[in-house]
Amino acid sequence: MLTIRNLHVRYGAVHALQGVSLTVAAGEIVTLIGSNGAGKSTLLRAISGLHRPSAGEILWKGAAQIETLAPHRIVALGLCHVPEGRQVFANLTVRENLDLGAYQRKDKAEIREGIERAYTLFPILKERQQQLSGTLSGGEQQMLAIARALMARPELLLLDEPSLGLAPLVVQTIFKVIQEINAQGTTILLVEQNAHMALRIAQRGYVLQTGKIVLEDSGKNLLNSPEVRAAYLGD
Amino acid sequence: MDQLLQQLINGLAWGAIYALIALGYTMVYGVLRLINFAHGDVYMVGAMMAYYLAHWLGFAVAPSTIGFVIVLTSSMLICGALGALIELVAYRPLRNRPRMSMLITAIGVSMLLEFGGQRVFGPDPKFFPQLIESRSLFKAGAVVLTNIDLLVICVSLFLMVVLRFIVLRTKIGLAVRAVSFSFETSSLMGINVNTVISVTFVIGSALAAAAGAMVGLRNPKIEPLMGVLPGVKAFVAAVLGGIGNFPGAVVGGLVMGVTETLVAAYFSSTYRDAVAFVILIVVLLVRPAGLFGKVTVEKV
Repeated sequence: MLTIRNLHVRYGAVHALQGVSLTVAAGEIVTLIGSNGAGKSTLLRAISGLHRPSAGEILWKGAAQIETLAPHRIVALGLCHVPEGRQVFANLTVRENLDLGAYQRKDKAEIREGIERAYTLFPILKERQQQLSGTLSGGEQQMLAIARALMARPELLLLDEPSLGLAPLVVQTIFKVIQEINAQGTTILLVEQNAHMALRIAQRGYVLQTGKIVLEDSGKNLLNSPEVRAAYLGD
Repeated sequence: MDQLLQQLINGLAWGAIYALIALGYTMVYGVLRLINFAHGDVYMVGAMMAYYLAHWLGFAVAPSTIGFVIVLTSSMLICGALGALIELVAYRPLRNRPRMSMLITAIGVSMLLEFGGQRVFGPDPKFFPQLIESRSLFKAGAVVLTNIDLLVICVSLFLMVVLRFIVLRTKIGLAVRAVSFSFETSSLMGINVNTVISVTFVIGSALAAAAGAMVGLRNPKIEPLMGVLPGVKAFVAAVLGGIGNFPGAVVGGLVMGVTETLVAAYFSSTYRDAVAFVILIVVLLVRPAGLFGKVTVEKV
């Protein structure tokens, strides 16, 4: 579904991604783990068009090259990015945030369905629908950010550190919903620092270190790999 | 008492004009964090376009209300396009540069319109045709409410209601509010940020053009530098209300108009233009975020 070949991204003098290649197949949960500054967020930002790569290609569904497209065009293709730190529109209500997620959708009935689905996945959002999203807790904001991205009916959902700064119980809820979303047919590329949680739900994983992929295996194998355990799981 | 009422009417009419211009400042500031110094000059172009349209379309010799409406809307459309063009040519290429570059460019665009305007329209004042004959609608003692005053206030009010509807109730309005919060996150929603910014300029400039065309009716002498002072005053009005805040811009504009006319009436008309600067200084000293602005604490 998504194929990345030899991707390079630079910020001025910093060479943030140095020849990253990876693939995500339809229906998978693929996770990308790595420490702070390894380039995980940069990779997601390159996929969703927020950063123009300096070299390499990003192929969508094996054919379309998308690395030079503007972000709003990439959304139209069916890739949605839930950015790091949730980035909900704090000045708007929960409902307005969801409506923005459906910005490119025209069919009113479909949008209503999407809202219903969001409220089923995260019932708390229904209670808070008229509240300004800036007043939500961190966990609720993360739920809103995911629900908002789903409003666009993405085929591939890019999640950047959904567990960041959340209480363990909330993290569990969110990960459960991520699996549910995947079971309902959305492919997921998950970036996480919480390697343990991420590898447990992912079919496959990649380990990113200073801009390069150093390991690639099934989630289970990575979870049991001595290198990963030593470097990312705190053993 | 009569004089006070009369001055209040005058003040409200001017205040409505300032409010329309201030809304454009506040809208553009909301999305780009830019004080668009060329905005007052777009108001001048609005008056000029109305003047030429009135002549070309023949309404100058055959005045009618419908003629005025046509002139007003056409001038709004032309200036809307001008606003979008200014953004495209002057501001968009600098979007990712330090904010100061855009600000200085705005001053440049302002001068271009002022002195380019002198070149194109001629530096001498023109007399705006009486598209609607001034009549007094209401007379009580020495207080006169003319149809022009009423028209200025009503048209302004109508445009503000339309703007409020667009911003709060339509999809593009929602997108404007989203973009004013974050370009990046808006683009991840599938919003074309460039389009939204263009729309903001179109709306803001159209409002300024409406103000320009209506001022032509009340104060028929128009010339290429007529936008300088009202531009500054409307900017102060926007700051007074809290820049980026829509109701604030309206209240700020009305306060500015009324204060200015009262000062001119009761003290000296020499001080009329000084009022704006006094208000600006007081606001910056006492409440820098403006009447309706939120005080934001900058985290370092």
